[in-house]
Amino acid sequence: MDFVIQQITSGLAEGAIFASVALALVMIFTATEHLNFAQGEMAMFSTYLAWTLINAGVPYWLAFVITVVISFAGGVTIEYVVLRPLARAPVLAYVIVFIGLLVIFNSMAGWIWSYVLKEFPSPFKAFATGSNLIGSHQLGVIAVTLIVLTALFLFFKFTPLGLAMRAAAQNPVSAKLVGIRVGWMLALGWGLAASIGAVAGMMVAPIVFLDPNMMAGILLYGFASALLGGISNPAGAVLGGFIFGVLQNVPTIIERLLNINVIGNELKLTFALVVVVAVLTFKPSGLFGQVRIKRV
Amino acid sequence: MSTLLEVKNLHAIYGQTRALHGVSFSLEEGGITTLLGANGAGKTTTLRSVCNMVRTEGEISFAGARIDGKATEEIVRLGVAHVPEGRGTFVHLTVEENLKLGSYTRKDKAEIQADMELVFRYFPRLKERLAQQAGTLSGGEQQMLAISRALMLKPRLMLLDEPSFGLAPLVVQEIFRIMRRINQEEKVSMLLVEQNAALALDLADHAYVLETGRVVMSGLADEVKNDEGVRRSYLGY
Repeated sequence: MDFVIQQITSGLAEGAIFASVALALVMIFTATEHLNFAQGEMAMFSTYLAWTLINAGVPYWLAFVITVVISFAGGVTIEYVVLRPLARAPVLAYVIVFIGLLVIFNSMAGWIWSYVLKEFPSPFKAFATGSNLIGSHQLGVIAVTLIVLTALFLFFKFTPLGLAMRAAAQNPVSAKLVGIRVGWMLALGWGLAASIGAVAGMMVAPIVFLDPNMMAGILLYGFASALLGGISNPAGAVLGGFIFGVLQNVPTIIERLLNINVIGNELKLTFALVVVVAVLTFKPSGLFGQVRIKRV
Repeated sequence: MSTLLEVKNLHAIYGQTRALHGVSFSLEEGGITTLLGANGAGKTTTLRSVCNMVRTEGEISFAGARIDGKATEEIVRLGVAHVPEGRGTFVHLTVEENLKLGSYTRKDKAEIQADMELVFRYFPRLKERLAQQAGTLSGGEQQMLAISRALMLKPRLMLLDEPSFGLAPLVVQEIFRIMRRINQEEKVSMLLVEQNAALALDLADHAYVLETGRVVMSGLADEVKNDEGVRRSYLGY
């Protein structure tokens, strides 16, 4: 039983990171219908900034806050400088720009910080959980993710700015007609997505170690989570992240219980991805996504 | 009375084609002006031009200042509330959220609350539906919501694009009655685009008739109503 609980909690901890990345993707997707392939690399870059600050002697949580703020500004700047001129460009132009951003951030990180793996501290090592079911970092990751998600939920649900951002994402034309500066809402969305990504990066770095390619896989799983939960639904995408995290450990649990070894550790993510594909085959809009009906 | 909106030699351009060819008209402060015409005459385009939602050439002045070329949201912030074709409500948001968005640009909290009450006096039905998603409202209720949202801006000018579209005659009458009250009681000037010419001419004090992007006739609503050609083409008797 302990083994099962362990697997589930570690799945939830990883799922929290997928959920954050999924949410960052969905935030930009709902507003623009574009998938930001560079989301992971932006998060990786932010994590390097945090690493630099911490190595320069800045206390962890101060470095955390500074990184989140800088990432926010960075996200806003990217939208304003790189994406705004594309306003009416065809989809492929966006795809190229996102891939360009991905490559730029990846090589810049390699150039500035080298490709050598770096250790990234976990702020939660100090508290022992006193349990062998869940590690302190895992618990911390889940807690931080839940705090971020709750804060975002409250922001979008209860503040005028959050409401304006939702309105701008849903119906940009009508949003302009009530005086909302839609361009700025989009830039704020990019800022928020970059900040969420930064948090995800700082949470995952102690597990996978910091290197310029650390987010490549996580972006993919974040994307799969978003699709699983429903890419049009932020809450669904978050749930998708947690489900995906736990799902990848399901084969391990079953194998242990049955005392067999078929899938093993290497294929556990593959298993989860296969399940996602299977779900999407039967429910293309995802588990919690809205089915889009177009009148023709 | 002073001129609130003045449009001079307006051209509207969609890609390669021009939809308006030098439209000029003006609107008195406190008045209701209607633009009439068949499908494709350029009525909706004219309304959209005022809010800079299409590419235009020509002069548009609001309350004495040029607004052509300004961003839509900046024109709205001057007090121009556009109730677009198809109502443009935020269908996934609640009625209350839609109304709050209407007053998004205003900072006068107490007055916003008072205006919310005002909206409920005009449209009591919306109060019962506050927590409901706008997309689940009936067509008539959605139109009421669209007008209410525009009212929450505390506008000087309301641009109304076919408020009667797709609604039952009784509902249309109710909405037009309330539009008249809003015009008189809240001193909101209105520029109304309507397919239903008879209805529009009853409400408006001035009328312009558009044909393929040009003004072919204008005058007091009563004069236009009694014009032989207008009667045949648009009133159908």
